[in-house]
Amino acid sequence: MAKKLLDAKEVERTLTRMSHEIIEKTKGTEGLCLVGIQRGGVHLAQRLARKIGETEGAEVPVGSLDISFYRDDIKIRRQPAVSKTEIPFNLDEKKVILVDDVFFTGRSIRAAMDAIMDMGRPAMIQLAVLIDRGHRELPIRADYAGKNVPTSLGERVEVLLAEEGEEDSVLLLSPEEITG
Amino acid sequence: MRKDLLGMKEMTSEEIMLLLKTASSFKDVLKRDIKKVPTLRGRTVVNLFFEPSTRTRTSFELAAKRLSTDVINFSGPSSSILKGESLLDTALTVEALGADIIIIRHSSSGVPHMLAGHLRASVINAGDGTNEHPTQALLDAFTILEKKERTEGLKMVIVGDILHSRVAKSNIYCLMKLGVELRLIGPSTLLPPAFEEIPGVKVFSDMEEGLKDADVIMMLRLQLERQGKGFFPTTEEYFREWGLTKKKLALARPDAIVMHPGPMNRGIEIASEVADGTNSVILEQVTNGLAVRMAVMYHLEQAKGEKRG
Repeated sequence: MAKKLLDAKEVERTLTRMSHEIIEKTKGTEGLCLVGIQRGGVHLAQRLARKIGETEGAEVPVGSLDISFYRDDIKIRRQPAVSKTEIPFNLDEKKVILVDDVFFTGRSIRAAMDAIMDMGRPAMIQLAVLIDRGHRELPIRADYAGKNVPTSLGERVEVLLAEEGEEDSVLLLSPEEITG
Repeated sequence: MRKDLLGMKEMTSEEIMLLLKTASSFKDVLKRDIKKVPTLRGRTVVNLFFEPSTRTRTSFELAAKRLSTDVINFSGPSSSILKGESLLDTALTVEALGADIIIIRHSSSGVPHMLAGHLRASVINAGDGTNEHPTQALLDAFTILEKKERTEGLKMVIVGDILHSRVAKSNIYCLMKLGVELRLIGPSTLLPPAFEEIPGVKVFSDMEEGLKDADVIMMLRLQLERQGKGFFPTTEEYFREWGLTKKKLALARPDAIVMHPGPMNRGIEIASEVADGTNSVILEQVTNGLAVRMAVMYHLEQAKGEKRG
């Protein structure tokens, strides 16, 4: 059996805490926007924006970002189909919070930052992740982390969300469980 | 995906739809202020054109540049060919220079297929004789899908010189697979009866009958450089019989789109008021060509990565 790192209630509480941390650090919603990285970060960005909006009584713009065209591993890894990038607002002078589900090598975040910089000139970019599993290959850190989980390289962290028809939960899969 | 894009004949509908989906993301990139992505940084693309072409070559060149590749253009008949170098030797030389993708246009059918078998680089067919022009078909399918939001069950008319048209052939292969109902119209001298035997294809000799309720009308360029063999009497007569006028357009659905692969012969296959009219998507086809060619190069490079593990 895969090890459950977070159940539905814990996912909810973690996101609530992260939303409060974001408001505290950015001192309100002025110029704030959230950009979820396809595919895992998009629903999380929407949830965080909703929570921030409820607390602050303001609408926080949310975008989605596909990083396929900015990856450094086009020849190494089989790529999934390209998803849509939809950022229906201007990024100039904004406080952009990038949102992803699992923070691993840091390469996706590097790609996401390059993509954002090609689309505008934000005042700052910060990073919010639900799970930080370690094994960084680049000097990148998260500004907001839901949970730090020590993992080995062969393991896999899976974030399941209600928006995809699953029960909210985060699982840690061993190498045997991945191949089996 | 495969290493080469040689024709629509061998493509599956899944491959076609994947390319079109990726192209839609590239089209978004082309709308930005910074119209360039680092996707294929460091790769080399060579345009090897043995037949005059400005539009297609420019489109491939710009698409490759938008992907951050380095691009070299060889236009023929190049000096090496004049010096007697064989086609294959020219291609091997280009590959030895470090080409990752070679884009070939040639007046003989089958040249890209022959070269693809000898090269490690990806080969993209940019038009081979009267055989195929696959990226044109892909950009046409992309335009139709974008405008009509579906392909299944659409009624599409292709009018003109089907016999010499690699655009028509690639479109027929492609759109058949996407469930489009195809009608071919043209003078019998330029529309061989063999086309009638393709499943899902109907041949009309009466243009007005064929245009009825059409969702998509594709006018082919009358290839004046390939004529002079008595296929039709005069260009005036051709326009009268097979040219698309406002009056004939009215027979199609009111929301029908009018397409043309360019370059257009105004007043020969299409009236100016139709080419510039509200139903025309001819200039959008050009824009979409960039996005589609970016998607093709992206997927071909990715496919080579998969094979190497």
